Amino acid sequence: MSGDSAISVRGLRKAYGQTVAVADVDLSVSRGEVFALLGPNGAGKTTTVEILEGFRRRDAGEVSVLGVDPAAGGRAWRARVGIVLQGTGEFDELTVGEVVRHFARFYPDPDDPAAVIARVGLADKVRARTHSLSGGQKRRLDVALGIIGRPELLFLDEPTTGFDPQARRDFWGLIRDLASGGTTILLTTHYLEEAEALADRVGVIAAGRLAAVAPPRELGDRAHQPATVTWGTPDGRLRSEVTATPTALVAKLAAEAGGSEIPGLTVTRPTLEDIYLTMIGEKQ
Amino acid sequence: MTALGLGMRQGVLEIKQFFRSRESFVFTLLFPVLLLVIFGAIFNFEIAPGVQFTQYFAAGMLAAGLLAVGFQNLAIQIPIERDRGVLKRLRGTPMPPWVYFAGKVGMVLGAGVLITAVLLTVGVLFYDVPLPATTGAWLTLGWVSALGITACTLLGIAFSSVARTGRGAPAVVTPIALVLQFISGVFFVYTQLPAWMQQVAALFPLKWMTQGMRSVFLPDSYAAQEVAGSWELGRVALVLAAWCVAGLLLCLFTFRWTTRRDG
Repeated sequence: MSGDSAISVRGLRKAYGQTVAVADVDLSVSRGEVFALLGPNGAGKTTTVEILEGFRRRDAGEVSVLGVDPAAGGRAWRARVGIVLQGTGEFDELTVGEVVRHFARFYPDPDDPAAVIARVGLADKVRARTHSLSGGQKRRLDVALGIIGRPELLFLDEPTTGFDPQARRDFWGLIRDLASGGTTILLTTHYLEEAEALADRVGVIAAGRLAAVAPPRELGDRAHQPATVTWGTPDGRLRSEVTATPTALVAKLAAEAGGSEIPGLTVTRPTLEDIYLTMIGEKQ
Repeated sequence: MTALGLGMRQGVLEIKQFFRSRESFVFTLLFPVLLLVIFGAIFNFEIAPGVQFTQYFAAGMLAAGLLAVGFQNLAIQIPIERDRGVLKRLRGTPMPPWVYFAGKVGMVLGAGVLITAVLLTVGVLFYDVPLPATTGAWLTLGWVSALGITACTLLGIAFSSVARTGRGAPAVVTPIALVLQFISGVFFVYTQLPAWMQQVAALFPLKWMTQGMRSVFLPDSYAAQEVAGSWELGRVALVLAAWCVAGLLLCLFTFRWTTRRDG
């Protein structure tokens, strides 16, 4: 397994009884990369990630996370890995500051708790009991606990599920900030735009298999998919044409229009969502 | 931070949580006091020459208080923490696992000392419970409490794996504690119970804890009224120690950091 990859997985398999949750997944994530595991609920995202985090045993396959088999990962390994689990955790009657400061004590070289709390946007909640936080704030606390040990690799399992759009955008800013600091990030999500906004590469997982791995813009060879050109005809109707050469078609339309604006002109390629739905549709 | 320091900090945090949580404060600390007051007011009669039932009951409640802070408290609280993902989050950090348990032990010890002090104060002030008169009696109070609370703590941690959900935990744990209190010489005089009930109770630690407490707080003349005609302190120590070992083994082999759903 290569030395500069943060995560390296070959032939990963996991079944619960008769149900195969993960089937022959191969995966490689480089250091410093943001990788999104994208898929519908029940596709095997969390099972995969929790095997990588050392929470679940695998049935077969080779797995290396920061050069260590997570099933045998000890405390030194845990100190290098940050984990944000699915769903929010509750620390009952403790305050945000108490929980973050306490978790910092578990790590050999922790970040400054006050700085981390400020970084996740909870500075004004330091003295608030964790149970009084909103869903989004609890998630931010989870991230604070995930990064307090200055991890080389951060797992984020569906970090923004249930967020409103503004909270999601704020959260993305935080993740980009972490990524620009050199942290390798593996995130799972069932939001396409999230994978597109954050990830260097996206792995689409459906029914326990990786259907595709590519940078978001290239996913499903989107750049070379036929485009749909739509324009308004002189009699006021809209016409559409699906073409592999949209530039030529637009040039032709422009010539016909004699240099004036073509009414209602649009050129669209299939959205990532169209491609994604096709992909997981094929697999189901 | 040193490992020992980490364990201490965990304990401080647990104690903070305990006192901030109204449920644990009310059910664990106030409930035994309330029971002592209610029973003390209702059952006010002599069970032997010079021995009031309230004295017998107060000694039993001291043992039941330790059962509450050790067994009931942990067997209910840990499944809730497991459900809320606290345990899983801790497991994902480099925290040594024993630190979590050290924190629980610290909390139980703090609460145990407190409940003992409160019950003793109420007993001495209102129910003619004598403070231990001799060093030997204080020592007996010390080791019976220490062994009893250790056994209860270990069994509470072990039992935390029984409840399927945090919400279901009180429903599983409370009846067990209550039944044990009925048959182990807390609410009723042990020797007046049917023999089979005594036999069942003698299998569990609470009966031996109450007996040890009675040896401290009832006059020596009452020893003759016990089942064996004596306080049987040697056997008390032996049974409680055996439960400590059993509890520890159960903890080591059954403790779960994640819920069943987590696979």
